Amino acid sequence: MFTYYIQLGLRSLKRNPALTALMVMAIGFGVSASMITYSVFRAVSGNPIPEKSSQLFVPEIDSWGPGLNEKGEPPGALNYVDAMALMRAHQSKRMTLIYQIGLSTLPRDADSVPVASNGYAVTGDFFTMFDVPFLYGSGWSTADDDARAADVVLSREFNQRMFGGANSVGQKITLSGHDYRIVGVTKRWNPSPRFYDAWGGSGFGDPPDFYLLLNRALDLHTDNVGRNSCRGAITYNGWDQYLQSNCIWLMPWVELDTTSEVARYRNFLESYSADQQRAGRFGWAPNVRLPDVMTWLDVQHIVPPESRISLIVAMSFFIICLVNTIGLLLAKFMRRAGEIGVRRALGATRHEIYAQYLVEAAAVGLTGGLLGLLLTAIGMSGVGLLFEPEIAQLAHMDLSLIGLTLVVAIFATVAAAFYPAWRAAQVQPAWQLKSN
Amino acid sequence: MLKMTHLSKVYRTEVVETYALRDFNINVKEGEFVAVTGPSGSGKTTFLTIAGLLETFTGGEYHLDGVEVSNLDDNARSKIRNEKIGFIFQAFNLIPDLNVFDNVEVPLRYRGMKGPERKERIMSALERVGLASRAKHYPAELSGGQQQRVAIARALAGTPRLLLADEPTGNLDTQMARGVLELLEEIHREGATIVMVTHDPELAARAQRNVHIIDGQVVDLAEDPRFHTAYTAAAGQVRS
Repeated sequence: MFTYYIQLGLRSLKRNPALTALMVMAIGFGVSASMITYSVFRAVSGNPIPEKSSQLFVPEIDSWGPGLNEKGEPPGALNYVDAMALMRAHQSKRMTLIYQIGLSTLPRDADSVPVASNGYAVTGDFFTMFDVPFLYGSGWSTADDDARAADVVLSREFNQRMFGGANSVGQKITLSGHDYRIVGVTKRWNPSPRFYDAWGGSGFGDPPDFYLLLNRALDLHTDNVGRNSCRGAITYNGWDQYLQSNCIWLMPWVELDTTSEVARYRNFLESYSADQQRAGRFGWAPNVRLPDVMTWLDVQHIVPPESRISLIVAMSFFIICLVNTIGLLLAKFMRRAGEIGVRRALGATRHEIYAQYLVEAAAVGLTGGLLGLLLTAIGMSGVGLLFEPEIAQLAHMDLSLIGLTLVVAIFATVAAAFYPAWRAAQVQPAWQLKSN
Repeated sequence: MLKMTHLSKVYRTEVVETYALRDFNINVKEGEFVAVTGPSGSGKTTFLTIAGLLETFTGGEYHLDGVEVSNLDDNARSKIRNEKIGFIFQAFNLIPDLNVFDNVEVPLRYRGMKGPERKERIMSALERVGLASRAKHYPAELSGGQQQRVAIARALAGTPRLLLADEPTGNLDTQMARGVLELLEEIHREGATIVMVTHDPELAARAQRNVHIIDGQVVDLAEDPRFHTAYTAAAGQVRS
């Protein structure tokens, strides 16, 4: 019977074309508005590393104290002293420290002028912890960290610009006057949001050009070009004093596999803070946090408010469209009360009439969904009017969004048809046939 | 085949009760061709819709093909309608968006019949009513008589035990009416049980038996003192 209902449903689309067009347009516009805003919301609010997000944590230590921190919360990054203390303690399975750097790169063509490039100074665990995929080579080891090797990993995009996409592993590249050995080239990898730098950056934007060995960057006094936050009067002078200041700029991440490891690490953070208090460095009780990836993104308010608001507005618009569709479906179905009476007289049960009209609504929903796909594709080009460019560029149509658009359109229309189809199924055949 | 005993149908509103049928008794045997006559508002169509399980009744009993139907649910009633009853309506009641083939197919679809058997039955029914060549036509492209023939083909395609006809020639001119009536007589000769509601005395005279309904009750015009004089006079006119 299902194929029969589909035939009837498709045939019904041709009947009352104006009414059908109204419904299709209502569904199409409603679903496209929802999908356009959802595509942005999905990009900014999704889990950027679903397979490990519950094993990656940000150790937070309140190094500012109650008078300087924000509403009792520890600052979102670490100063150099605390960051290095955590690194030396080796209390987690893996740990990395991250800060953003900008270097000038000398292209291989000697006639070309240096180009600005952006990247991160990281430790070797960075690549393993975050499952960074490699096109060529790999990251470096912790032994290389300790050896302060002049190693660098390039992103695929940067490797394309510098080496035309060829395997550059083993070659040298000059960054701000220093030569580095390329040990790996990543595949395209730009988690959205960029969770590992959610405190230092916006969480979105183009992928970095390179990843440099942290110790090497520190040795060369490579400035942090990302976020830097200090409290009180700035008294430091020069690189060494900066490292000893209360300025926070190093983003720490640890990998902990089990809940007992998490508990143990939290105890370690508290013990460390207590030690600092006893040593007179902290004048307050231990105040630490250890959020995982999703909690961290939530704390950092990484989802732009306009994304959430526009999604709510679009969904409300879709609901209004669906309410109108209910009225239109009711009119469309009840105009065929005579036909329903005949079908009932010829043996159709109420259930069969109900099913027939729900399938017919699904046909309307499918057509509305196809129109919605077209409108969504067009609307994607207008996302930049609502959002910052780096957010807008995240909105894109992929297979999952295409599928979702059609599924939402069909299911929403079928849901809207529950009442009209029920009314159709309640038609009394005797009354209809008598009135004829 | 069809037996109603002390059957009643009451339409109730907040202020009034209206008896459409009252102490209604009828027994139609298998293979009979019965004409049901009566003035407008006498309850003929109500009888037909109850007989066709399109409407429930208020009291009494109704046995259809040996089954007491008063307690059947909607699914069971629909199944009986689909398998045992064929309907022919005054207004044809064809579905305008479906062509002739698809209209005749409707009851067979609800029976869950396979495609090849459906096609065979549809074409056989259309050949029977002389419209096989019009299978792809839409109702609007047919004359009234042809539309009624399609409706008859639709009723016959499911090989029902009982054919219920409500003023089957009411919307047709004399020539077309004659053709439809001859078709019904032919179907009856082949063994079908037919109950036909009509206003037309000439049409009723072609049936094997007449049942007259007045004020929701079956009456015997010859025996009932209320109608005895008028019936005798009318019978005399027919004899002269």
